Amino acid sequence: MAALDLDRTAHEHAAALRSSEYTARALAEATLVRVRAQEPSLNAYITVTDELALRQADAADAALKAGGAGPLTGIPVGVKDLLGTKGVRTTAASKMLETFVPPYDCTVVQRLNAAGAVTIGKTNLDEFAMGSSTEHSAFGPTRNPWDLDRVPGGSSGGSAATVAARGVPISLGTDTGGSIRQPAALCGILGLKTTYGRVSRWGVVAFASSLDQVGPFARDAEDAAALLGVIAGHDPLDATSAPLPVPDYTERFARGLDGLRVGVPADFFGEGLEDGVREAMERSINVLAANGAVINRNITLPTAQAGLTVYYIIAPSEASANLARYDGVKYGYSYGDGRNAEEEMSETRGRGFGAEVKRRIMLGTYALSAGYYDAYYLKAQKVRTLIKREFDAALNEVDVILTPTSPNVAFRLAEKLDDPMAMYLNDLYTIPVNIAGNPGISLPCGFSDGLPVGMQLIGRMFEESTLLGAAHGWEQVTDWHRQAPPARG
Amino acid sequence: MALTADEIRHIATLARLALSDDEVSRLGAQLSAILDHFEVLNEIDTEGVPPTAQSFDLHNVERDDVVTPSLSVEDVALNAPRMEDRYLRVRTVLE
Repeated sequence: MAALDLDRTAHEHAAALRSSEYTARALAEATLVRVRAQEPSLNAYITVTDELALRQADAADAALKAGGAGPLTGIPVGVKDLLGTKGVRTTAASKMLETFVPPYDCTVVQRLNAAGAVTIGKTNLDEFAMGSSTEHSAFGPTRNPWDLDRVPGGSSGGSAATVAARGVPISLGTDTGGSIRQPAALCGILGLKTTYGRVSRWGVVAFASSLDQVGPFARDAEDAAALLGVIAGHDPLDATSAPLPVPDYTERFARGLDGLRVGVPADFFGEGLEDGVREAMERSINVLAANGAVINRNITLPTAQAGLTVYYIIAPSEASANLARYDGVKYGYSYGDGRNAEEEMSETRGRGFGAEVKRRIMLGTYALSAGYYDAYYLKAQKVRTLIKREFDAALNEVDVILTPTSPNVAFRLAEKLDDPMAMYLNDLYTIPVNIAGNPGISLPCGFSDGLPVGMQLIGRMFEESTLLGAAHGWEQVTDWHRQAPPARG
Repeated sequence: MALTADEIRHIATLARLALSDDEVSRLGAQLSAILDHFEVLNEIDTEGVPPTAQSFDLHNVERDDVVTPSLSVEDVALNAPRMEDRYLRVRTVLE
């Protein structure tokens, strides 16, 4: 038996498993050893699920032996701890849900389990997915494998860090304003925010219901396509999931970059963009053009920059309503010493939620309160219409829109923790895509001061295939996706 | 726009969120700064523009009203902090 190489991608592992080079059990055991070894420095997981992983690996080995294996059979995967998992505590990185054990799996995890994937653990995040650094976690911050003094981005920072460090080949995150794409960029891997409605939200802890989407992290397009193929599709339990067929997400791989029409809007290259990121973007645009892509710098999205403001009205408003369920009665943390129902509830919430969550609940409650609804929430929804129209118009001219994923590379821990506006600006380029509902992918495209830079490609509604085809083409002419962080245990 | 401590306390009451005096003063400054930033929306003309509630246009998603298996009371109550028999226990609502 050959040595088990944990730096392999999921499709390389899948081929090795099918040819009996090693077993799913051996892969799971080796993965757990590496993940455990990385945890003291990364803190990418809130819960490592050894027992579950080994049980699933044994089932995968049985399926492999019986010839019923799919692309994810026996493949180790990390699952953001916002996705409800039956019998495995699901914390949303909050003291509020520290001991919460869901009685059911969310739809996405049901599909993952049915596909034979092996869940290694529940990954760290900003509390209730609110943040861009994974520092707002009640379980301590996750660190960036490229530089342990820096953040991995967020909110899905644990899922990004463990894939970048080659702990697991693929993982799941959620993206409400950039929470998959921004950590993918800061950790130097691929992250895909799916079209709103493409993936079921049933059983996923809700943050902002009109924006939240589940999506994959991977190191190449082939793995992302396989994972998306498993989790995508209509779910009768999520009335906002799209009743549309799921394509083969590798269908555009053969096309490559040749003839791909790439729009580059000047609106996304303005003030606040770091020089190193800007330079990596320009180099990448040249590489795309040299390999057959048609660059169009005439598209404009002038209202998109207001997306950040629209987001910080809509998302906290929806969050303030969604998080009303945490009342200390049905499940979760409970204060216990309240003199009456109202004091019990207020103290439970005051003590159970962290600073950023409280800030957003306050902001949303204010925006929805009497006298302010029209000025804030309704106005934001109207601007949302304008932003959506701009994306639709631009994507009539081009196949994809290219922007930086984040205006900066990974920043130091605590650098932006006490300045909410500075933290929010990290998502300046990703947020408009959630507002419009379109799919967006972040791909590694270079380094600045030794830290990864990500480029974002935005596609038409439900055209994830176009984004993954472009990603695959990009991987044929660059090797950024093969770069690995220095120490990974 | 500067929010006063009383306004912060009023919003906290609406949100059922117990805040310390320190949190009240910090949130006052932070929320005021964020609300100032919201002013940029006033510069955008939305005359006659309809609002978008969510980005994928689905309307009136319906299903047949049939009984299907659901979780048992025991499973659902597994995480409840206070139970009595098969009921969730809450503190006094009316005094």
